[in-house]
Amino acid sequence: MLSWDFLALQPALPEVFLALSTMVLLMLGVFRGDGHTRIISWFAVLVLGLTLLLVLDDLGGTKRAFGDIFIVDAFAQFMKVLVLIGSSFAVVMSLGYIEREKIARFEYPILFLFATLGMMMMISANDLISLYLGLELQSLSLYVIAAFRRDSTRSTEAGLKYFVLGALSSGMLLYGASMVYGFAGTTGFDRLAAVLDAGAVPVGLIVGLVFVIAGLAFKVAAVPFHMWTPDVYEGAPTPVTAFFAVAPKVAAMALFVRVMIDPFGALIGQWQQIIVFISIASMVLAAFAAINQTNIKRLMAYSSIGHVGYMLIGLAAGTQEGISGLIIYLTIYVFMTVGTFACILCMRSHGRMLEGIDDLAGLGKTNPPMAAVLTAFMFSLTGIPPVAGFFGKFFIFRAAINAEMYTLAVIGVLSSVVAAFYYMRIVKIMYFDEPAERFDRPIGREMTLILVGTGLFIVFFFPFIAPLLEGADAAASSLFVG
Amino acid sequence: MIVQALAFYMFATVAIAAGVMVISARNPVHSVFFLIAAFFNAAGLFVLLGAEFLAMILVIVYVGAVAVLFLFVVMMLDINFVELRQGFLQYLPIGGLIGVILLVELLFIFASWTVAPDAGAVAAAPMSALGEISNTRMFGRLLYTKYIYYFQAAGLVLLVAMIGAIVLTLRTRKGVRRQKVPDQLRRTRAESVEIKKVETGKGI
Repeated sequence: MLSWDFLALQPALPEVFLALSTMVLLMLGVFRGDGHTRIISWFAVLVLGLTLLLVLDDLGGTKRAFGDIFIVDAFAQFMKVLVLIGSSFAVVMSLGYIEREKIARFEYPILFLFATLGMMMMISANDLISLYLGLELQSLSLYVIAAFRRDSTRSTEAGLKYFVLGALSSGMLLYGASMVYGFAGTTGFDRLAAVLDAGAVPVGLIVGLVFVIAGLAFKVAAVPFHMWTPDVYEGAPTPVTAFFAVAPKVAAMALFVRVMIDPFGALIGQWQQIIVFISIASMVLAAFAAINQTNIKRLMAYSSIGHVGYMLIGLAAGTQEGISGLIIYLTIYVFMTVGTFACILCMRSHGRMLEGIDDLAGLGKTNPPMAAVLTAFMFSLTGIPPVAGFFGKFFIFRAAINAEMYTLAVIGVLSSVVAAFYYMRIVKIMYFDEPAERFDRPIGREMTLILVGTGLFIVFFFPFIAPLLEGADAAASSLFVG
Repeated sequence: MIVQALAFYMFATVAIAAGVMVISARNPVHSVFFLIAAFFNAAGLFVLLGAEFLAMILVIVYVGAVAVLFLFVVMMLDINFVELRQGFLQYLPIGGLIGVILLVELLFIFASWTVAPDAGAVAAAPMSALGEISNTRMFGRLLYTKYIYYFQAAGLVLLVAMIGAIVLTLRTRKGVRRQKVPDQLRRTRAESVEIKKVETGKGI
């Protein structure tokens, strides 16, 4: 008969809490109406904060729930913390924007919460089915948020494009998963690992794995599955774009790492070359394609594609050091991207949002503090010492060299030199061009706080290195213990 | 046994033929009808497998709800399918080439089909042998116990889908007259009925 172990919900407590409070907030919104969007948004931030506290609860090693389809280890906890931080920032940044743009409907924060829940489920997935369900919960919420400004053609186009291509990628992922199941006889990651460790691997399983990688590469927006990114980033409302660039990226990357290392770790010889290719293609294409951009949101889209390429170097190395480097890179990426998007959200003149890179002209004279912060972020995105971005790249490249992947490291360094051109161009436009329109001020208390917070973290990164390194090492080692 | 084999080949052939007709029929409404035929035959295959619950769900959900919805959408949308097909010949060579390559790859894979050696040991054991309990009951037992996580997660996905549909399409239009029950109940005789004295032969 059945054992009742599956009712041991403790490891899934943060998810259960988040799901239940989201539904409570949904009821609150339904009965109180759109006038209460601001209150619900703050409640959403509170819920995310409480979930964060629950995630931080020390479980004492790796724990599984619901049989073995849900896993919580140090890696999952670290990634969930990043996702929750990214989502909270995005909700706070949206507060002023959605009211100004008159799209303040109570569903907005609710959908953010559902997307976050989906991401946490993705991170904790220990089975191909729970992976897919988490992924769909996340994606479906994101499609809707992308099209949230439904009266704008660009926003609806972004939503539709994201939906159609996202459905296609889910299809590929499912097809791959079905082949894996057909050849290995199981969908559970633990059991897959056991089967694959045992030896001879049928060719069909590898084909399945390739399809799964294609699906996952789409979700992290790596070349050649990146086509949707610039259009969706440009079309979606700006705080939504900020959210897209941060939280789903972390979740999809965490999922990618877990799937590659945990169940398919034994097949590293098969998937390593694919990851190397995706990584190089992402870095190079992003570096060259971003040069011609005039819209800063499109530029950030290409920038995010490039950063995914760098992170994938860590995965391609396939070592504990590589994964640890990837985690550090991801952490820094979250903070610098949030900061940059906070700057973009402040680009407002006469109540109208500006998105052109040229609109930044002369910011160094008209608004020196913001120009200084944005310069710091650009330095960090490029990877110039002593700001944080440098250390992210440093740990990644060190892992690649220790894994004897010299070509990959060299191409990475070269492409970041090319990328430096378009990041530095923004700095040049801010300080050396004739001033354009002045931006509206004040920018609001929340935005100031976010800018100052992320800016300080990026510039004065030194004291954070040691604890971050320790956390990342612990997280990475929990993956390799098995 | 022979009846079963005959039934299998009949269902399978008709399902594939109907599938081909779905994409080749000129009239989109006919396509939807062929789709329904394919669903019915798939349901028949499920019955042969002893999965009668799935078979019934397939008929109820896919034929009863999804396909009928498709039918309405297809009838309401004014799509010129002849125009849509214009590029067909132009893209046929490259599309066909990719298709053939994929097909050959698939053939290679299935020709060398071997299940991983240890797969048998880890496969999930069925709850209980078929025939002992009905398979509806078996589904229930699994779905609400072992797979409760999947069940709840799928529920959340559907909830988000519902919220999404409402967010993207619901508009509050002005000038729409709605029924307001409290207002109706609050009406009094004084404000709704007026009594007039009509003089004989005059009218109002």
